[in-house]
Amino acid sequence: MKNIISNKVKQMQPSGIRAFFDLVLGMKDVISLGVGEPDFTTPWPIREAGISSLEEGFTSYTSNKGLYKLRLSVSRYLRNRYGVEYCPDEEILITVGVSEAMDLALRTIINPNDKILIPSPSYVSYGPLTELAGGIPVYIDTQKNRFKLTPEQLERHIDDKTKGIIFNYPCNPTGISYSRKELSQISKVLSKNNVICLSDEIYADLTYDFEHVSFPSLPGAKDNVVYFNGFSKSYAMTGWRVGYACGPKEIIAGMTKIHQYTIMCVSITSQMAACEALHVGKDSVEKMKREYARRREFVIDGLNSIGLSCHNPQGAFYAFPSIKKTGLNSLDFAQKLLKEEKVAVVPGTAFGGEFKDYIRISYASSFDNLKEALRRMSVFLKKQL
Amino acid sequence: MDEILEVLEKDARTSAEDIAKMLKKKPKDIKEKIKKYEKEGVILRYKAVLNKDLVHDEDSRLRALIEVNIVPQKDVGFDKIAERIYSFPEVSSCYLISGSYDLLVVVEGKNIHTVSSFVAEKLSCLENVRGTTTHFLLKKYKEDGVILKHKEENKRIAISY
Ligand SMILES: Cc1ncc(COP(=O)(O)O)c(C=O)c1O
Repeated sequence: MKNIISNKVKQMQPSGIRAFFDLVLGMKDVISLGVGEPDFTTPWPIREAGISSLEEGFTSYTSNKGLYKLRLSVSRYLRNRYGVEYCPDEEILITVGVSEAMDLALRTIINPNDKILIPSPSYVSYGPLTELAGGIPVYIDTQKNRFKLTPEQLERHIDDKTKGIIFNYPCNPTGISYSRKELSQISKVLSKNNVICLSDEIYADLTYDFEHVSFPSLPGAKDNVVYFNGFSKSYAMTGWRVGYACGPKEIIAGMTKIHQYTIMCVSITSQMAACEALHVGKDSVEKMKREYARRREFVIDGLNSIGLSCHNPQGAFYAFPSIKKTGLNSLDFAQKLLKEEKVAVVPGTAFGGEFKDYIRISYASSFDNLKEALRRMSVFLKKQL
Repeated sequence: MDEILEVLEKDARTSAEDIAKMLKKKPKDIKEKIKKYEKEGVILRYKAVLNKDLVHDEDSRLRALIEVNIVPQKDVGFDKIAERIYSFPEVSSCYLISGSYDLLVVVEGKNIHTVSSFVAEKLSCLENVRGTTTHFLLKKYKEDGVILKHKEENKRIAISY
């Protein structure tokens, strides 16, 4: 029986903070700033569309690529919002969230030992998905440049085995985003070296200080980009599991091949609800965004004033303050804070081994919770320093 | 709408200091703006939103929505007649409405008798009132954007990436 588990799976690193997560889940009355999803429920018109689709008897499979009307809506949305053209027939695939889309894209482009660049700290799935697809993740530590990837740093990491980069902005866990100018410079380096950009823009609608610039909208970039977006964050639809990928038709065709056998298609209920989200969701998105923006100011101000220095995140709903001055590493800090003050945060090491001096704080939480959590953290910090 | 108002409409207890932090402004400026809104009557007052179903006491109150038909009269606009009606302390809300009647009047009373005697003896007797239709309110589900339910439980898992 000892060879039941494949070597590939055996080699996957178990998450070092699983035990910490279990600790949080087992405790009562904790204020959690460790949640990576909106605290809003899906706006009612979207939920209602899901319910009525069930009432009307939409309970079947859909086309592998996803409902045509959803692909059409996605295509129109991207044209109106960013001026980018994606053909709903061949260049858009509806997936089970960005999670599935990213997996498909990596499996579609990676040959054994191809390298995939991952600016870090990064969302947790990128490295393991790359490895499962047979690739080698190459992490680029962005700490020194206030969590921003620079063109020079990017160029230094590219060699002839580099196939692609997973580029996520606004970023989970740092909230960092990029201006048009910065993106253009990065795009030039990628094009010059023929590196495919897997652009995870799932937090695009939650960008606060400037208009989000979509990677495929950059001049000359589109042929080398797979664009990812989904409904989870902007429409508060995490549980529905819908997202999409857009890209050159050969890549989308490759991804569709895998998707048709592994997933077949996304749940029709979720696809119907997602259609409604694109039609009526704009005002709700704006309203939630204003709320996040206010919490962001409050939380960043609060963290800095209790002595945890924190850069200004331009998007998503995360802050990534340094805890270096406490002398604790991020896991110890998180455990101690949980035990002593009942506040949960995610240790920075969850997003890359080097980030033991940081914690991730999610402000997808009510204002009252944020205020009380900051008060408790302030008490905690006084005891440490 | 000014975001200060958006914040206060959601939670009137939010302090000027906290609003200042949220909007990256000076507390002094926020305080001044709120003062101005109060003075102009944009902010009329601050009150708690109660779920009266959970307030168990003797003087729980009955509500009725009353459609009122008005006979328009020369030189007496709707505003004047409305004023005569909404000035009664029994009236908690009063709206001018388009459609088959003119005023929608919300009346509160101790019981069915107090409400019906208000309608019969006061409202209907007014000179310009042609007729009324009274609807007693049986159950409140949502009021002014607030769903009247017990606090919702948290449905998210406590920690996730
Ligand atoms: C950067 C990033 N990409 C992808 C995902 C997964 O999103 P989905 O729900 O669309 O699978 C998340 C969720 O936390 C995320 O933060």
